Amino acid sequence: MTGPRLVSILRQGSYLIASIHTALDDTQMTAFQDDLVERIGRDRARGVVIDVAALDVLDSFATRTLRTIGEVARLRGAVTVVVGIQPEVAFAMVALGMDTGSVHTALDLEEGLAFLDRVVGSRRPVTTLRGGAG
Amino acid sequence: MSVQGTETTTAPGAPGEDQLLPQLVAHLREHRARLRQEWSERIQQAGLLHAMTPQEMAAETTSVYDNYVEVLETGSVEALRRYARDLSERIIPRGVETHEVVGIVLLLRDVLARSLFEKYQRDFGLLNRVLDAYEPAANRIANTVAVSFVEERERVIRQQQDALRELSTPVLPVRERLLILPIIGVLDSERARQLTEQLLTGIRTHRARVVVIDITGVPEVDESVANHLVQTVDASRLMGASVIITGLSPKIAQTLVTIGVDLSKMDTIGDLQGGLEEAERLLGYTTGRDDGAAAP
Repeated sequence: MTGPRLVSILRQGSYLIASIHTALDDTQMTAFQDDLVERIGRDRARGVVIDVAALDVLDSFATRTLRTIGEVARLRGAVTVVVGIQPEVAFAMVALGMDTGSVHTALDLEEGLAFLDRVVGSRRPVTTLRGGAG
Repeated sequence: MSVQGTETTTAPGAPGEDQLLPQLVAHLREHRARLRQEWSERIQQAGLLHAMTPQEMAAETTSVYDNYVEVLETGSVEALRRYARDLSERIIPRGVETHEVVGIVLLLRDVLARSLFEKYQRDFGLLNRVLDAYEPAANRIANTVAVSFVEERERVIRQQQDALRELSTPVLPVRERLLILPIIGVLDSERARQLTEQLLTGIRTHRARVVVIDITGVPEVDESVANHLVQTVDASRLMGASVIITGLSPKIAQTLVTIGVDLSKMDTIGDLQGGLEEAERLLGYTTGRDDGAAAP
């Protein structure tokens, strides 16, 4: 793939932040799904934030892919939250009967990270070395 | 109404066609006071415009009369249209009805026609030609006034509808991250769409995490309204906000269950107070009294 990156996947602590910068076609969307699922394992991520704020449309394939990513990520041990769905996009999705299923949603990146902290943070293993500072 | 047959009976030296209207106008100007008075009496007899005081009535009838004669003279209804709009604007809030406005204009037309009968009664041919000139103009005037009145009234109605729409769907922040949306009045698809849009924009602007929609003021909920509510809830969820619906009356609740709308995804609480308490709980607020008494 040449030219500017369509998607960036960044690591932030035990979370992955995936930003979609521009509308993806079905092939690109599938490639994104593969990349992300692979990165979850490689980075041992506990949470995934998918930021779709730059998109002014989410079609049914994209919505289904997001839902699939959520399911797959859960099986790989990470919680997924989709953030940045714009009002018009939300309205259109509902009007077309599409939803994100069991995938959580939050207003923006900040809210998404806060959500992960609430959900994942409470499940974080608290193993400390004996004699450690704690 | 043809006058061809009577043409020959016209006395020599009678005015030409182009002289008829000016002559008519001169006649109406000359007898202005008497005709206007006669007209006012007819209006009173007919019981029209009782919302106006006698003084207002005198002032308005004079203006209408003068405008009327002016249209006959110039043939242009522009000034009259402006006046009629302006008049309508003043009298619509007073509760004057369309039939009254049309009624008084038609009365004036009749009063003036009668005076023409009187003036030209000795020359039937001339009377016919005068009426030929007068009637189209008079009808045009009646038309103009009626249309102006109705247009003005429609404008007022539109304006009020807009105002009502704006007023009736406020999205109010009550606490940080908490919005309430009280819905008052009938919810149709157009309004539901607008409401959802406003709510979604509000969620983004106020970074809301919880929204309480209060439908105490909605008189009736049918299947399509219920589906709209479900859509609103889903769309809000996509933007990361949870929605609590409050104020479902017993009747509405029973209707919804009877028609079998799927409300399983909806979080409902009896009244607005309970909804706000639940919303605060979701957001992690605790409310207590100053004297140390524990919150319920």
